[in-house]
Amino acid sequence: MATDLAAPFVDFRNVWLAYDGGQAFAVEDISLSIAPGEFVAIVGPSGCGKSTFMKLASGLKMPTKGEVDVEGERVTRTLKIVGMAFQAPTLLPWRTTLDNVLLPLEIVEPYRSTFKRDRAKFAEQARALLATVGLKGYEDKFPWQLSGGMQQRASICRALIHQPKMLMLDEPFGALDAFTREELWCVLRDLQATHRFTVILVTHDLREAVFLADTVYVMSKRPGRILAKRSIDLPRPRDLEVTYSDPFTALVHEMRERIGMIRKTT
Amino acid sequence: MTPAQRVSLEKWAPWLLSAAILVLWQFICWAFNVSEFIFPSPIQILYSLHQHAGAIAGHAWKTFWTTMAGFGIGVAVGVGLGVLVGSSRFVYNALYPLLVAFNSIPKAAFVPILVVWFGIGTVPAILTAFLICFFPIVVNVATGLATLEPELEDVLRALGARRIDILTKVGLPRSLPFFFASLKVAITLAFVGTVVSETVASNDGIGYLMMAAGSSMRMPLVFAGLFVIGVMAMVMYEFFAVLERRMTGWAHRGQAAHG
Repeated sequence: MATDLAAPFVDFRNVWLAYDGGQAFAVEDISLSIAPGEFVAIVGPSGCGKSTFMKLASGLKMPTKGEVDVEGERVTRTLKIVGMAFQAPTLLPWRTTLDNVLLPLEIVEPYRSTFKRDRAKFAEQARALLATVGLKGYEDKFPWQLSGGMQQRASICRALIHQPKMLMLDEPFGALDAFTREELWCVLRDLQATHRFTVILVTHDLREAVFLADTVYVMSKRPGRILAKRSIDLPRPRDLEVTYSDPFTALVHEMRERIGMIRKTT
Repeated sequence: MTPAQRVSLEKWAPWLLSAAILVLWQFICWAFNVSEFIFPSPIQILYSLHQHAGAIAGHAWKTFWTTMAGFGIGVAVGVGLGVLVGSSRFVYNALYPLLVAFNSIPKAAFVPILVVWFGIGTVPAILTAFLICFFPIVVNVATGLATLEPELEDVLRALGARRIDILTKVGLPRSLPFFFASLKVAITLAFVGTVVSETVASNDGIGYLMMAAGSSMRMPLVFAGLFVIGVMAMVMYEFFAVLERRMTGWAHRGQAAHG
């Protein structure tokens, strides 16, 4: 992909962040750019500042040093073009699946002001979205009536219902069993292929990163630095079969070695 | 035992136990010939209840609405303070130690002060009920708000949610189970507050009745008063327990069948 030629969608220039004004940096000197519609995966050991990176890109945290631009503009406050999902589905137990997915529309403009009037239309959109992730027929169930995988699907729908330009996923499949995880890889792959939003996926599953991403960044342990950038040039659309092919295995192996090197330098 | 029998046994267990205790109590009073001035038997208490039914009902009604007034103020103040304490770390740090200190003072110690300020009667009783019952509501509402998952807060903030959005869409619904649980505790405490105040500073109410009966050695009537307070508190507790299950069934799904 000609990602480097297009104007970057997210642009980090020498970004440092220390929590609570301290001297210990969570991330150090991060520079990278992400093209519109690019699927980026960030891998690294636990506690390496991957989640901090997400917070910087969405404006939930401001850098201590350096600059973050999104869509050509300096990030000075929380962005509203971002959808987020985490390892825990964090669905609200008193709302049905449908109402959980509709929650962002009750909050974010321009949907918020017309929510009451257009509720039927929005509900239709939500039902359609739920159907694409295989949750047709579960719209009126409560979260505790769904399996973990189903809850995570609903959580991803909630992150996408307001058609964000950027989707941030923080180890979204970490708590799922291997088969469900692979199913959801395909769900995410198809959603991204259809809607072309930009994705930042934080994970420590290398197969997941290589299967889904256009570009994989490897971060060091705390303080987090970007140690390597690897373009994944496997042709799209990628089928699950690809994960058993030699080029795929070679890429995963290469990543694994880089991570191994980081872990050794304790 | 079949499951159905087990369920019905569980349902009747508290009644069976109460009956057993009453029978044992009656037996002890009869067997050791305990004087009614020291420890009246259940039958003597029942007789006293029947004999003074009119007077007891009047005092009970007084105690009931005094308690409900104090409880009502307690709920309003408790929720208000709970929301403040739970949604701002600054307020939490500033207010919480004071609340804990205040709560550890025996509320009976306030009654003389309240009597000086408001005179003998209903007002000190209402205020004592209020003072004793608002604290668990504050703590529970604040806990419900403060234990919001940080991830969920990030999701909402990334949507541009204002604090008030987070409070009304997530914080308050989420703290409802905590709130209803605290109501059950608060209502029983409110009865304690009312009766304590009536005992020392009132001319009516069950607390006064017991005090007056006690000073003229009419022990069956004192015990009848105790019995009436216990029943009222239990009925109100059950009322709030039912309300809790109705309002926040989603939080008690463990006990309910799926579906």
